[in-house]
Amino acid sequence: MNWALFPQFFVTGLLNGGPIALVALGLVLIFKSSKIFNFAQGHILMLGTFTAWWLLTQAALPTWAGIGLALVVVMLMGFAIERVALRPLVGQPLLSIILMTLALSQVMQGGAILLFTAQQRRFPQLFPLEPYKLPEITIGETTVRIILKQNLVWSFVIAMVAVVLFALFFQYTRMGLAMRATAEDHQLARSIGLRVNHIFGLAWAISGVVATVGGILLASLSGLGLELSIIALKAFPAVLLGGLESIPGAIIGGLAIGAIEALVQGLPKDSTIRSMWPIAPYIVLVIALIVRPEGLFGLKRIERI
Amino acid sequence: MLRVNNIEVVYNEVILVLRGVSLAVDDGQIVTLLGANGAGKTTTLKAISGLLSTELGEVTRGTIEFDGQRIDRLPPEEIVRLGVVQVMEGRRLFQHLTVEENLLTGALIRSDKAQIAQDLEQVYTFFPRLKDLRRRIAGYLSGGEQQMLVIGRALMARPKVMLLDEPSLGLAPLVVQEIFEVIRRINRENGTSILLVEQNAQVALDIASYGYVMENGRIVLDGPAEELRENEDIKEFYLGLTELGQRKSYREVKHYKRRKRWLG
Repeated sequence: MNWALFPQFFVTGLLNGGPIALVALGLVLIFKSSKIFNFAQGHILMLGTFTAWWLLTQAALPTWAGIGLALVVVMLMGFAIERVALRPLVGQPLLSIILMTLALSQVMQGGAILLFTAQQRRFPQLFPLEPYKLPEITIGETTVRIILKQNLVWSFVIAMVAVVLFALFFQYTRMGLAMRATAEDHQLARSIGLRVNHIFGLAWAISGVVATVGGILLASLSGLGLELSIIALKAFPAVLLGGLESIPGAIIGGLAIGAIEALVQGLPKDSTIRSMWPIAPYIVLVIALIVRPEGLFGLKRIERI
Repeated sequence: MLRVNNIEVVYNEVILVLRGVSLAVDDGQIVTLLGANGAGKTTTLKAISGLLSTELGEVTRGTIEFDGQRIDRLPPEEIVRLGVVQVMEGRRLFQHLTVEENLLTGALIRSDKAQIAQDLEQVYTFFPRLKDLRRRIAGYLSGGEQQMLVIGRALMARPKVMLLDEPSLGLAPLVVQEIFEVIRRINRENGTSILLVEQNAQVALDIASYGYVMENGRIVLDGPAEELRENEDIKEFYLGLTELGQRKSYREVKHYKRRKRWLG
């Protein structure tokens, strides 16, 4: 490895992990409240990002209005999914519900093609292209230069802010407490009067919004197409690494996945491992599942002895 | 105020578990429901609280009324909001939440902040030990502390009727005494009516003013608690007391006859 480039790869990787972390955060939100692993996450954010694109370019709304409106649309979509697709499955085995999310992803894929066609789109630039340059540091022979795209920096910052907000929300609000309670035991939650359906709906809505923010950041970085949904496939190893129930875990998992990908890319050109960088997250996933199945910060089953 | 009129409960659309159960709990009363395992006591409570519907059970006949309103078709979360709170069997709590968070979940259906803080203090005066443990993760509490916690959580909903399912299950006699003392205080100081399901007939009949005995999905006996305490059958089957000086064989004949009478 070229050590002068190492910091650059590492930092870029971490920042790349920002949007992954946001998508992972969405997955955790749904899993935490309902034990459902949402395979449609990538497609929800893809639809949300397309909506934002349409509002910004076709309807020519100002940036913040367009994005805000798109997030409202995703939120409604979350409530609708709960009401139409999931509520009828209450009481059914969890596996049926998880398969339902898979079916939803296909429906959304089709919907996106019908509404927006399968064409690649350019997403409007949200941040100036001019990168930030960190001051050079010279250690011995090597000079370390780090250049950061503004897009990446901002998506990272937004991801971090989102985590802090969610941590506060879960820890200190009544709704947060209700969601944590519901996550643990649905029957018990109902027995203390919680309207579990509403809570699921809210979880789906928030999760869609967070993921879409990640999607928009990604699209403004590398364009918009149906394959945007693939980002969710990187979020899966991120949540499993961080722990399915853990919000900080989702973020750390997301950043770790981004960094690992980038570091493998930074290996010397002739090494075979380097060309395998797209599967690096999944190798991490396999290792995590073997060594620590509950993830870094997941809940361990409490066993009273 | 709480009336169960001749209900029939079916699980999975085929298994008939309750056949014509009727009972009543009046304002401020403690009523107990006794019976062996599998008699249908828990099912009766779940029929009242609506939790039956979360387990594929259904009230197929009869009605349940609370303050004159029919509640047998309502989902559990709405029944709680009317003031009927069930404390489920087996100390069901939110294991990963702290003690205080567990208590506060009980008050999530209310929005009167000042009152909630006041009720929290009341729970802590009923169960001082919970106050010391307030920051502890609930899953690691001892059995007795967990039972106190689930009763405290129910209290946080300001119930008009509390349905208690075997609060003495698996607890040491001293702890049982402590918990029943608090149940009595809840009833007296808050005026909360209580429907108590118990295996421990002794403590249940001590605290209750009226009792029902269930067997095989129906009520076979009911009456004021002091009368039930004196009832020969109850003494023999539930209180473990037998008349002195009787020959063993005679008792067994009688035992058989009595059971037959009840099961018929």
